[in-house]
Amino acid sequence: MTQLSVEDLHKRYGDHEVLKGVSLAAESGDVISIIGSSGSGKSTFLRCINFLEQPDAGRISVAGEEICLVPGKDGHLRVADARQLQRLRTRLAMVFQHFNLWAHMTVLENVVEAPIHVLGVSRKEAHERAMAYLDKVGISRFKDSYPAHLSGGQQQRVAIARALAMEPAVLLFDEPTSALDPELVGEVLKVMRGLAEEGRTMVVVTHEMGFAREVSNKVMFLHQGLAEESGAPADVFGQPRSERLRQFLSGNLK
Amino acid sequence: MIEWSLFVDSWPSYAAGLWVTLQLTVLSLGAGLVLAIPLAVGRVSPRRWVALPVWAYTYFFRGTPMLVQLLLMYYGMGQFEWVQAQWADGSHFWLIFREPYGCALVTFALNTAAYTTEILAGALRATPHGEIEAARACGMSRPTMLRRILLPGALRRALPAYSNEVIFMLHGTAIASTVTLVDLTGAARNAYSQFFAPFEAFVFAGLIYLCITFALVGLFRVAERRWLAHLQPRKALRKAA
Repeated sequence: MTQLSVEDLHKRYGDHEVLKGVSLAAESGDVISIIGSSGSGKSTFLRCINFLEQPDAGRISVAGEEICLVPGKDGHLRVADARQLQRLRTRLAMVFQHFNLWAHMTVLENVVEAPIHVLGVSRKEAHERAMAYLDKVGISRFKDSYPAHLSGGQQQRVAIARALAMEPAVLLFDEPTSALDPELVGEVLKVMRGLAEEGRTMVVVTHEMGFAREVSNKVMFLHQGLAEESGAPADVFGQPRSERLRQFLSGNLK
Repeated sequence: MIEWSLFVDSWPSYAAGLWVTLQLTVLSLGAGLVLAIPLAVGRVSPRRWVALPVWAYTYFFRGTPMLVQLLLMYYGMGQFEWVQAQWADGSHFWLIFREPYGCALVTFALNTAAYTTEILAGALRATPHGEIEAARACGMSRPTMLRRILLPGALRRALPAYSNEVIFMLHGTAIASTVTLVDLTGAARNAYSQFFAPFEAFVFAGLIYLCITFALVGLFRVAERRWLAHLQPRKALRKAA
């Protein structure tokens, strides 16, 4: 089943066209890595999927339901129904580069917040769910700590548990290890690898070529707002067709 | 020589004055805070027609001395025939402005509400952008985000600045004595005129203000330990380790 489908997404900032028609389809269990140099539009693409940025054109469906878009006054597309967007966002959980945990809440409070106050799950069930996911990411003993008292890697694992607690159709990762110290990257990648093995559908914007190559089953290389190449990791990494990708890989695979 | 008999003879009137001071402080701060929360939300609104009136209100009350505001309220209101007519009709609302107590309370509440609005609006603006994005990304509606993420974070961040406002208000209530109210400062004035011992009369009042201030500072220290634990060096972890 197609969990996420993005067709012909366009986005411009003023005169600068960041995305020039990018498409993506994620079937259940797909792990799609989006790679590319900085400025290639990969983060913007991910952020347009759940409307943290407004795309200018394109179609987005989540688990078969298309987001209704109408052209707004400023030329950008607007969401026709804010409630539909809110509902679809609960199906797309996002993990950010800078974790974005709610600072005044403990680890456990961060994880139960949206299930209780957005999904309407009972307090008891939300707590059970949260503890199960905190266990999974190996952070349950810090459940009463505040985010600022944890390392970056621990915070990112909390953020992953927070995303999982929504039991989403698709997990979106926006450069989840880019803000981490090198020695903390491994613990987060290990958790993500575990999720991929469970068969969760994931779209990952990343600079970790090892992860893209070994864990994902599809790779998309973005260059100047276009999907220059995409396919199985063995093909993309093994037989790059375009000069751009060859250059990018030679700079990133050391 | 220190006139010790002043302390012995007039402590009951100081106690009565202290009670008035505490009432004015607590009631005006309470009403001010309740007013300030929605006003602060309006103050940071991107809609100009919401933000502008709040801006005008806070600039009026922060731009003029509280004493002038109180005199305007107590002496100024009665000048208008329309208000006099309301008094004659026995309108409960407008009668507040005939009593010095009502005038002082309303003035203090509106004054502290203006300052608190600005403190809270600043704290709301300081919300980390990532926290807002995380809330949007998980499908939170605007009202839920305000109630669960923005206000709880802002109220905590505002606590240190708000503790100053509370102390200013305690001291600010001293001007109630200029409109015939016998608060702590009013009691000191009476004692002064009765005993002709100005130093003792005002030092006694000053010491009482000092004690309440220390109590408030202690109270806010406890509150900050409780609500700003997430900004303090980790303690719980060391204990656990």
